[in-house]
Amino acid sequence: MSSENKKDEEMKTNKVLAGKTTRRNFMKNLSIAAAAGSAGLVTGGCAGSATSEEAGLKWEEYFKNNYRLMTQKEKDETVARLVRLAKLRDNRDIQMSNQGPHENVLFGYAFNISRCKGYMDCVEACVQENNLDRKSKTQYIRIFEMDPGQLDPTTGDGKFHHEVPVDGKFYMGVQCFHCENAPCIKACPTKATWREPDGIVVVDYDWCIGCRYCLAACPYWGRRFNWGDPQVPEAEVNVDQHYLGNRMRMKGVMEKCTFCVQRTRKGKLPACANACPTGSRVFGNLLDPNSEIRFVLANKKVFRFKEELGTDPKFWYFMD
Amino acid sequence: MMTTNPDKGIVAFVSDCMRWAFTGGTVFKIYLAVVLILMVMGGVAYSRQFQEGLIVTGMTNIVSWGLYISNFTFFVGVAAAAVMLILPAYMLKDKDLQEVVIIGEGVAVGALVMCLMFITVDMGSPLKVWHMIPGIGLFNWPSSILTWDVLVLNGYLALNGLVPLYILYCNYNNRKPVGWKYMPFVFLSIFWAVSIHMTTAFLYQGLPARPFWNNPLLGPRFLASAFAAGPAVIMMVLIAIKEQTTYPVDINIFRKLNRIIVVSAVINLIMLFSEVFKEFYNFTHHSLSAQYLFFGLDGHDSLVPWIWTAISLNIFGTLLFAFGPSIKYRPRYLMLAAASLFTGIWIEKGFGLIIPGFVPSPMGEVVDYTPSSTEIMITLGVLATGALVVTLLIKPALIILRKHKEDAVETTASC
Ligand code: SF4
Ligand code: SF4
Repeated sequence: MSSENKKDEEMKTNKVLAGKTTRRNFMKNLSIAAAAGSAGLVTGGCAGSATSEEAGLKWEEYFKNNYRLMTQKEKDETVARLVRLAKLRDNRDIQMSNQGPHENVLFGYAFNISRCKGYMDCVEACVQENNLDRKSKTQYIRIFEMDPGQLDPTTGDGKFHHEVPVDGKFYMGVQCFHCENAPCIKACPTKATWREPDGIVVVDYDWCIGCRYCLAACPYWGRRFNWGDPQVPEAEVNVDQHYLGNRMRMKGVMEKCTFCVQRTRKGKLPACANACPTGSRVFGNLLDPNSEIRFVLANKKVFRFKEELGTDPKFWYFMD
Repeated sequence: MMTTNPDKGIVAFVSDCMRWAFTGGTVFKIYLAVVLILMVMGGVAYSRQFQEGLIVTGMTNIVSWGLYISNFTFFVGVAAAAVMLILPAYMLKDKDLQEVVIIGEGVAVGALVMCLMFITVDMGSPLKVWHMIPGIGLFNWPSSILTWDVLVLNGYLALNGLVPLYILYCNYNNRKPVGWKYMPFVFLSIFWAVSIHMTTAFLYQGLPARPFWNNPLLGPRFLASAFAAGPAVIMMVLIAIKEQTTYPVDINIFRKLNRIIVVSAVINLIMLFSEVFKEFYNFTHHSLSAQYLFFGLDGHDSLVPWIWTAISLNIFGTLLFAFGPSIKYRPRYLMLAAASLFTGIWIEKGFGLIIPGFVPSPMGEVVDYTPSSTEIMITLGVLATGALVVTLLIKPALIILRKHKEDAVETTASC
């Protein structure tokens, strides 16, 4: 194994010397050339406590590729670096997966508006599961309290703060709808956000430059930006992480609901569907004819939000 | 006397330009000092934003673009407006405008520098900007309109920098610029000017998520307002040059600029009226942003005084230009007209266009946006940088052109 690595390394060096600069090698060259001077710039403010190992890892992280262009080996390497960095920086032991999509899986979601009572257990579970910034009170899910006679959540109250359920009201949850034809993906200038083969729309946090064009393009307000450094109390950190999912974000990047990629690719339900006490949330594989979601789509009257925009969301509302 | 060396070389050109750029009287020194102080303050503010993140601005997840992108949008228009001088000067061989076209190009370069700076300071992760460089990053072209915008803005900057540079360099060496060497680029820059503004409009216009922007009139209206505001800026610069220096600026130029401005401003007002009619004759859900802008919504009305000020200034400036005495050159009068039109369009095309696009949010929420002091300081810093760039470009350019004109008799060689 190690001899193989060495060979690999040697070949790379040879290539560099021969001047055949591939994309990655070009970046490597650049990094070697510029390393000494600007390491501090990239590694940010915590230069005091930064060991040289940490600085080195951060340096390699800075020059890594877009996740989608990485080979499996590179994916494993970056995950290993991130795990090590979490240890060095925060003395935190995390597991990080880069599990890819499964064959013949297309995730879909259905929300029962006649069952939801607005308890918001889903919101709480999501915040915990996905390491959402507590300081800015970031939420991926929002529940709107609706007056009868309306089906458009924009007419509802998304900030209610009282005992639920209220008589004569009903409740509608919104989040990123994982559009098949997603305007956010089209907008991104760096391809930092894309739709995985299993239908999950993800963000490569390390590739996002923070221009927020995707946020402007999303018709459902599905995206959240890290205006400052996100904060999660150490005791509440979920250490079971995924590269494209709930790993720690940094300031200046976009994030969003990932259908709990770290759970759902392991065959679990998303945290919200898992936490819902009323059974309003149905999640499953749209390609599996026996799944509950397929049952709902086949047997209930369903509708989608802002259907006229042609985004083809993978999120439906239905009634009992 | 200068030596009659046929080619004085690049080094001499650069050093002479630097010398001419930075020497000047007391007024100039004070101006330079003010600009530099603003730039330093902007730099300090930016270092704070760099450390703490965009949280130091007034932006939120609802109004996620603010002062920076507003100014960016407006100055793209100013940059594009140079074409209103380039077209008649180079293509129609208008003698008067040929005298000042270099100023238009200088203003365009300054405006583009500001645009690129505004985009950069708006970025959440500016260190990762290499991710967008074609070749080493991943450039989402042609899908993302933002990548188009990056291309056209940088291309326009190159065109507007290189053509005048070539002409000046020739003049500096007392030679005649050769048409075929630069005219193709002039042609190109005319189309390019339209494209930078249309592309920037498409940035917003192409988003069905934001009904306030998703409007086919947005692009054309961008152009019309730019062709009014841009020449207004150029006119202000020309007045400053005429009053503060000995460089001769023919009053015919003001008359021609005046005409350009009036036509564009009137077209702009007609389209504004058409938009307002559409929004309010039959009020729909999609008119909520317009209501927020013009009258306020759910008790949130922070933009209302701004937009009415803008519209008043707009109409006031247009009327001054339309009915002003065009025979006589009256610097104060023209300055007032240009300044009010410029300010009016600045507010309307900046704040008045960007912020209501976000309010109400796609989930129907209404909030107000107020830029933070850090944000304002960074913006002022960028504006000061733009002013400095324009000044440093135009000063040596005018000196070269003047010298060239004086020596014109002996000019024979072509460049
Ligand atoms: S809901 Fe918004 S963020 Fe989610 S996929 Fe659709 S456009 Fe993108
Ligand atoms: S904020 Fe990030 S994900 Fe969104 S468009 Fe910009 S680079 Fe892409």
